[in-house]
Amino acid sequence: MNKVAASLRKAIELSELKDGMTISFHHHLRNGDYVVNMVLDEISKMGIRDINVAASSLFPVHESLIQNIKDGVIIGLDVNYMSGPLARAVSHGILDKPVTFRSHGGRPRAIHEGSLKIDVAFIAAPSSDAMGNINGVEGPSACGSLGYAIPDALCAKKVIAVTDYLVPYPNSPISIDQTLVDWVVKVDSIGDPSGIVSGTTRVTKDPIGHIIAGYAAEVIQASGLLKEGISFQTGAGGASLATAFHLKEKMIAKGIKGSFGMGGITGFFVDMLEEGLVEKLIDVQCFDLDAVKSIKNNPDHVEVSGSFYANPGVKGCAVDNLDVVVLGATEIDTQFNVNVLTDSNGIIMGGSGGHSDTAAGAKLTIIVANLLRSRLPIVLDKVITKVTPGDTVDVLVTERGVAVNPQRKELMDSLKDAKLPVMDIEELKAAAEKIAGKPREISFTDQVVGIVEYRDGSIIDKIYKPTGSER
Amino acid sequence: MPTTMIFVPGNNPAMVQNAGILGADSIIFDLEDAVSPDEKDAARILVRNALRSVDYGSCERTVRINSVDHPKWKEDIAEIAKGNPDSIVLPKAQRMETVEMVQGALEEAEDGQRSIGIIPLIETAEGVERVFEILCCSPRIKTVIFGAEDYTADIGAKRTKEGSEILYARCRILNAAVAAGVEAIDTPFTDVNDMEGLKEDVKVAKSLGFRGKALISPRHCKIAMEIFAPSGEEIEYALKVIKTINQAEKEGKGVVALDGKMIDAPIVARARKVLKLAGMEGGNHE
Repeated sequence: MNKVAASLRKAIELSELKDGMTISFHHHLRNGDYVVNMVLDEISKMGIRDINVAASSLFPVHESLIQNIKDGVIIGLDVNYMSGPLARAVSHGILDKPVTFRSHGGRPRAIHEGSLKIDVAFIAAPSSDAMGNINGVEGPSACGSLGYAIPDALCAKKVIAVTDYLVPYPNSPISIDQTLVDWVVKVDSIGDPSGIVSGTTRVTKDPIGHIIAGYAAEVIQASGLLKEGISFQTGAGGASLATAFHLKEKMIAKGIKGSFGMGGITGFFVDMLEEGLVEKLIDVQCFDLDAVKSIKNNPDHVEVSGSFYANPGVKGCAVDNLDVVVLGATEIDTQFNVNVLTDSNGIIMGGSGGHSDTAAGAKLTIIVANLLRSRLPIVLDKVITKVTPGDTVDVLVTERGVAVNPQRKELMDSLKDAKLPVMDIEELKAAAEKIAGKPREISFTDQVVGIVEYRDGSIIDKIYKPTGSER
Repeated sequence: MPTTMIFVPGNNPAMVQNAGILGADSIIFDLEDAVSPDEKDAARILVRNALRSVDYGSCERTVRINSVDHPKWKEDIAEIAKGNPDSIVLPKAQRMETVEMVQGALEEAEDGQRSIGIIPLIETAEGVERVFEILCCSPRIKTVIFGAEDYTADIGAKRTKEGSEILYARCRILNAAVAAGVEAIDTPFTDVNDMEGLKEDVKVAKSLGFRGKALISPRHCKIAMEIFAPSGEEIEYALKVIKTINQAEKEGKGVVALDGKMIDAPIVARARKVLKLAGMEGGNHE
């Protein structure tokens, strides 16, 4: 038996894809992905219309979807994160139907419970055999973990693997196995390696980032969670990864070993694993080449699905085992609600990803952010778009002070005892406004361009088209 | 009396805005080496406006102007004086006359309310040889900084991390500073990533008698602060000094001794400074 279809078009024909259906993609190839554009181009040529695209994330490389929308090929989008020209076009109202924004845990919940029904899943496969045994660690477009593709493969009515690296049967290791895959398509290339993973993720040299990170590490220590077996997740950028750097120094100084590090995994976490500072890495997505290499070779670096990572609808997901998560923010309000979806002009530039999931799960959720971003205060009376609810956020750490959610009285006392610069969040807001002034409020039209679904399926906010953003 | 003085590029708005939270006691907004020739004007205006409008908390605010062989050094002073900094840092200070010229320019530029200090930066062979007369020539001078990079270039020596080539200059400047009643601040350590090297360098500076360290990286602040922070023994001795002097005042005694040694004004001043550095301000702790 052999599942290899003669061409992408042939596979789409075999899948019986029709007008109005929903197709899905994973985002492990990030801004190097060729598969989304390739599939929609083919669908467009085949004359299929009114397609809903459920992609776990879309990036600047997916700009050509704007034309597919204009041509009527795409009528709806369902994403956890979106950036670049397509995101801006959505903000400007290009789609009649609002885009659904989910979290990395909310998406698998919706897929498994059936509220997000996928007719055909197209799975970019860095390596596959002719029966559809897939992994992400081999081939020219290796991306490491395939965690976010697993719910799609399990639940879609039809599954098409698209690969540029067809290997003899049986492929191993196996991340998605042949029992789930209907057809395999061989193409020239599924992605541009330079856009898939970065070479090496380096810790920032920005001194303000390090001041923030230094405070954040102190907060972790003062919270009492910095002890043997600590588990944690940090983001891959700026002050968030720098916090891991400062935390690592404290762990070494105190001789503490962590149980696991989780998340989008970078070389920095791989080093911690190899240096024996954490026992395991739980990896739903690899961010750099070091992480890809490690997940391939190190049995303690474990690939997990999006459901395992963060799905609130299953019998236990890993975010609930986190002691500490350190996250960024575009905006935070005085109720500690966080926006990571729209920019200060109300334009879409991101999404929750795992933000709201980890905040809900972790014992201690720390937001690290510059109090002033260029000339803009980040603490506001009300965020433009609520993505992560304030009652799941414990501490805001900025370069000018640390604000504790008033619901966490005990934590506030501990941080004060540790002589951290604890301030009321209103004081932080005032300090920022004293320097930069109060930002003028953005005005919006009545057109809803996006719906923000919280991880449990409830609607947490709506995204409106900003006034004067016609295009 | 700063322990750490951090250089901040005068043409970098984000750094200028955040200079007060880097952890140093004193900020040196730099208009000289950190700023390229075509950005000198922009930096001068940015720093002047920042001095006028940004709250730097308890940080001392100083500005390194361009040296007097730069055509626009007087413009630096005229503009910066409007921002009323605590001091200006004078690079390549090598003669009394240089300091006097700068003092004259400051007198012209000041509003008469407050006198702006001068911090000579000793970074030439001639400056090192004349350091005592330089430090004595103006009451505005309360602090001196050693600059080893230009100095080693001037004498034709290779700069090393262990610094034997600058030992003479360090000791000479330090001795002159103590003799002139001026605080001496040591040269920056220039490898931003070598924290162990930094520690050694700061320890050497402290052991020689320097009161503090100039810094070029905010990441160096904490380590320098920790090493310059008074030791437990120093704090204990300072507390004893203050207790003895308070007791003597109560009893109306003029001269007092502690452990067989007379306590004079400099010892009391030093004790108060130690307690201040240790966060035990006032020195009235029992």
